[in-house]
Amino acid sequence: MFNKEFEAMPVAEIKKLQLERLKWSLSHAYKNNRFYARQFDAAGFNPADFKSLDDMRRVPFLNKQNMRDNYPYGLFATPLKDVVRVHSSSGTTGNATVVGYTASDINVFAEVVARSLASYGATPDDILQVAYGYGLFTGGLGLHYGGEKLGCLTVPISGGNTERQLMLIKDFGTSILACTPSYALNIADYLEKKRPDYDMKKTSLRIGVLGAEPWSEAMRGEIEQRLGIQAYDIYGLSEVIGPGVSSECEAKSGLHVFEDHFYVEIIDPDTGEVLPEGEKGEIVYTSLTKQACPVIRYRSRDITRLYRDSCSCGRTMIKMEKVTGRSDDMLIIRGVNIFPSQIESVLMEVEGTEPHYQIIVDRSGALDDVEVKVEVAEDLFSDELKVLDNLKTKIMERFRNVLGISAKITLVEPLSIARSEGKAIRVVDKRHL
Amino acid sequence: MNVMQLSVFIENHPGHLQNVLKILGEASINIITLTIAETSDFGILRVICNKPDEALAILKKEHVICSATDVLAIEIEDKPGELCRAVTIFAQQGLNIEYMYAFTEKREGKAVMIFRFDDIEVAKEALSSQGYRIVKKIEIIGE
Ligand SMILES: [Zn+2]
Repeated sequence: MFNKEFEAMPVAEIKKLQLERLKWSLSHAYKNNRFYARQFDAAGFNPADFKSLDDMRRVPFLNKQNMRDNYPYGLFATPLKDVVRVHSSSGTTGNATVVGYTASDINVFAEVVARSLASYGATPDDILQVAYGYGLFTGGLGLHYGGEKLGCLTVPISGGNTERQLMLIKDFGTSILACTPSYALNIADYLEKKRPDYDMKKTSLRIGVLGAEPWSEAMRGEIEQRLGIQAYDIYGLSEVIGPGVSSECEAKSGLHVFEDHFYVEIIDPDTGEVLPEGEKGEIVYTSLTKQACPVIRYRSRDITRLYRDSCSCGRTMIKMEKVTGRSDDMLIIRGVNIFPSQIESVLMEVEGTEPHYQIIVDRSGALDDVEVKVEVAEDLFSDELKVLDNLKTKIMERFRNVLGISAKITLVEPLSIARSEGKAIRVVDKRHL
Repeated sequence: MNVMQLSVFIENHPGHLQNVLKILGEASINIITLTIAETSDFGILRVICNKPDEALAILKKEHVICSATDVLAIEIEDKPGELCRAVTIFAQQGLNIEYMYAFTEKREGKAVMIFRFDDIEVAKEALSSQGYRIVKKIEIIGE
């Protein structure tokens, strides 16, 4: 454990610490930021009256649109001279969000990433190759500072250029690779198609630190098997801090939230009501220590569940279930709620189907039409039409039985579905165009 | 020896068939006969060519999904009713035809048909015993 004092703190003490820190964070936002002051006043909430964690339900929410509206510095609560770095979400004018960090915020960011790495079993002996993009995106620099904080030899290769990634893994003796799960699969594909001579199992690579997009258990199984590594989820949002808000441990059953820095609640996404521990809903974040950009009750749109168990790793921090969907990504197809990750699981289940797919939703008349394009893998191909037709039927039936939707399945050529080396675009919703 | 057929996955969109033929053409692969089985969204191109091993390797290198299948080339008298007779005999022998297609050129007044059976060795024996001549690979694609 990187910081046992906090990570294994008894629950009662964590709650006491959170209450104290919340009082500070709420009044810091109220006193030093005009947007928060107006919001709190409008809701009739005064941080001076904040007495117990239960009072959180009286604090107004912050949503993504608020952040966009306050572009670029409207949510800062410290003078710009104290801000040492900014990160920004990609987005066109009017869509981008900016988050600032003081030197102390950067330190917290590095600390939570170092804790995450340590929770996968990383030590200063490890060599960490950071294949997330460096730049305004929090992934690259976040993992970089965290790796250095833990004492890993940190390799700032950034994303893309698979051939070079492979070369450095071999030459540098990389033991940990940090990248998106879709890029990890990309590497596996690349090895299979272009570098059959390269044996990943003979390198020192043993851990994958995967995040920045939702991914399923089925995908974990495939990545672990094809690359011969242990794959762990690192979770975060740039609006809150970046990667390291929560992290899986070696138990691979849920992600511990670093509760000494972030307060989490689950709400009903429709009513905004706080739900009891254990229930599924939208997770809401409040920063406890951030100076430059406090986030107060930020609505993440991520759907998950919070619970405490006595984890084998010894951490006492609350756990959140792996996020399998974002309420933004959720597709409502003929009244049925579908997450792209569910579609992925169905495809993985149908034997041998690699998860290179694209969901296209369109509307003809009053009905939604769903088409799922699936790339044909070599081992699925047959010279007989009926074999391929059976495959289509099998996928179609699984969609109907598991997801409750009827979809048109189209088999397409390999590499014909557009993919980037960063995040995968899986959904094309033509209904909104 | 059996005749080796290449089976290639192609999407049913303009340009896709052309792409495969271009790859083969640029590699100086000579197509002897071909047929396409299609559905609404994809098709399978079946090709008999002069250098099947080489063609297979080149297509795979270009990320084209393809496979090699052994098929039988059988001579059939070029007279009305002969194909029907042949198919009837196959049925009597319990030979299940997955698909078949014809060579465009005749050989010494006889038609050559390509048959894909589920069990090629059983089919070979049964057909020979019925007096059908199985055209050898070398006669089709040369040395
Ligand atoms: Zn744990």
